[in-house]
Amino acid sequence: MGRASYLWKRTGFALMTVFVAITFNFILFRVLPGSAITRISRVPNASPALKKALEEQFGLDRPIWDQYLLYLKGLFTGNLGISYSNRQPVFDNLMEAFGNTLPMVSIGTILAIILGIAVGIHSAVRRGTVADHVSTNLAVLFYAFPTQFLGMMLLILFAGVLPSAGLHDPFAIGMTPWEEFLDRAKHMILPVLTLILTLYAENALIVRSSMLETLGEDYVLTARAKGLSRGKIISSYALRNAMLPIVTMVALALGAIVSGAILIEVIFSWPGIGRALYDAVLQRDYPMLQGGFLIITVVVVVLNYIADLIYFKLDPRVVD
Amino acid sequence: MITPLPVSPASGETRRSGWLTILGVLREPTAAIGLGILALFSLISLLSPWLKPYSSRVASCAVFEPPSPAHWLGCDDGGIDVLSLVLEGGQVSMYVGFTAAAITIGIGATIGIVSGYFGGWIDTVLMRITDYFLVIPQIVLMIVVAAVWGPSLEHVIVVIGVLMWTYTARIVRAQVKSLRERIYIKRVIALGSGHLRIIWRHILPQVGPLLVASAVLAITVAIFNETALAFLGLSDPTAITWGTIMEHAFNRAAVSTGAWWAIVPAGFAVAFLIMGCYLFGRSIEDALNPRLKVSYLSPFGWQLRPLVGRGKDAL
Repeated sequence: MGRASYLWKRTGFALMTVFVAITFNFILFRVLPGSAITRISRVPNASPALKKALEEQFGLDRPIWDQYLLYLKGLFTGNLGISYSNRQPVFDNLMEAFGNTLPMVSIGTILAIILGIAVGIHSAVRRGTVADHVSTNLAVLFYAFPTQFLGMMLLILFAGVLPSAGLHDPFAIGMTPWEEFLDRAKHMILPVLTLILTLYAENALIVRSSMLETLGEDYVLTARAKGLSRGKIISSYALRNAMLPIVTMVALALGAIVSGAILIEVIFSWPGIGRALYDAVLQRDYPMLQGGFLIITVVVVVLNYIADLIYFKLDPRVVD
Repeated sequence: MITPLPVSPASGETRRSGWLTILGVLREPTAAIGLGILALFSLISLLSPWLKPYSSRVASCAVFEPPSPAHWLGCDDGGIDVLSLVLEGGQVSMYVGFTAAAITIGIGATIGIVSGYFGGWIDTVLMRITDYFLVIPQIVLMIVVAAVWGPSLEHVIVVIGVLMWTYTARIVRAQVKSLRERIYIKRVIALGSGHLRIIWRHILPQVGPLLVASAVLAITVAIFNETALAFLGLSDPTAITWGTIMEHAFNRAAVSTGAWWAIVPAGFAVAFLIMGCYLFGRSIEDALNPRLKVSYLSPFGWQLRPLVGRGKDAL
């Protein structure tokens, strides 16, 4: 298989996945007991005529295929419906929430990856020593704590020291841009810290076993026989080859990142996409729930696609 | 001219090795500790109705009463003994974790074995489906399905079980694919054995240890997901699980009153059980991975002797 065909295949797969998610989203909310109409038309003195009018307005009286096409058309024009709870377009709500999630999650994830790689390499090259046992067991322990538990513990520990909720101080007026930046940064510390603690452990454990696998390869033995220094062997021989599973790990950890982010946003009242999803669940705001699921799926699929491209760049052999 | 295939008496040896690995793994302290924790938690949760000092439904002390000799782990927002809550919650959480893991292993093993054994277009189709499930963010899908379906413990179990089998399916498939090329399988096929019999008698016992490892690891994910769904209010509101204990504590101001005893016991119970499962499951997986047996950059000086496995097992 050639390079171009590999890239086409991955692109096709990514597009197909998004399409499957879109269709699933459509079907899932159509098999609900009761439609959107049963909810809205549940008002005093609702007549069958009102129900009929509403059904016509939402296009629910048409055949399912027409509804599906209508739904697809809506999606491509950025129309995800109207939120039940605040009467704003779902798309606008989600974009605003996404903008709040992105900085927190990306900073946390990147720091967790760096920390995980450092800890993982550190214990792999010292396999069997006290340092390895301590750091591996610590990682297993942090891996074992549920995200919400770590978040709540940090909240109790830092109560009063660091801000515990929201994006910024709602009562601060007339701050200079620098002060405002500091205020926002301070609000970000606890959520980011929770995300790092949740994610670093799994990363460290995967990097450790990936490094251990490469350290058993013959080229490491050869490098050592040539008299290369430890640092050189680790950085240019072992780590380079251990990078492949690490990229996969980051791609597969996306699910963990998403679930971690949802729990963290709920705990720290962070007005991001996870919090939006949570509120949608509580208020049974189906259009928001549907839109949130779709947007998170699309983001995760795109990031997976990027991981595939990086993988291809690191190891062109994957095409075979 | 047909020459008879040499029949080596050693062929049975490689076939038993899988289960021996699990027994061998238990000699390692981490695996033994892991299995010990798992056994201890199972025992405690089975005996929890008799171990509970107080009722887990009726108030027996003051609101957020700190730990005392009468109430070892203090009380929650409703004046209910936390120790009793955690004991009962453990029973339900472990039930959710074990059944969801069983569903996962059932689906994952079936798809993995069928895909790896039959190959061809069946493999392509099944692996493509697996790829989709792998990419779609599962927790979000779980939230959506649980929200649409309505909160109930059975729904949570099914949702978790049905959505997280991808990992098992992939590792089982890889193993079965390599098993299929082994000589003894080819011999059995040549003897005219049916597919079902080959899978049941010759493939399944070989993937057994891998399934044990992946079942134990699936329990960790299932319990994590249960606590997450419960924390988001998607579990049965009347059931007591470790997840709902933490949810109630958070929603009823245990954090702002500093009542750590309402949160810590459940959190640590989850952490210890998951550590136990992880240590045990990981040890089996590592023992099945021959690539981990050698390290050329060991801190213990220069050695060509393998780090793991002596005598006959040595690589």
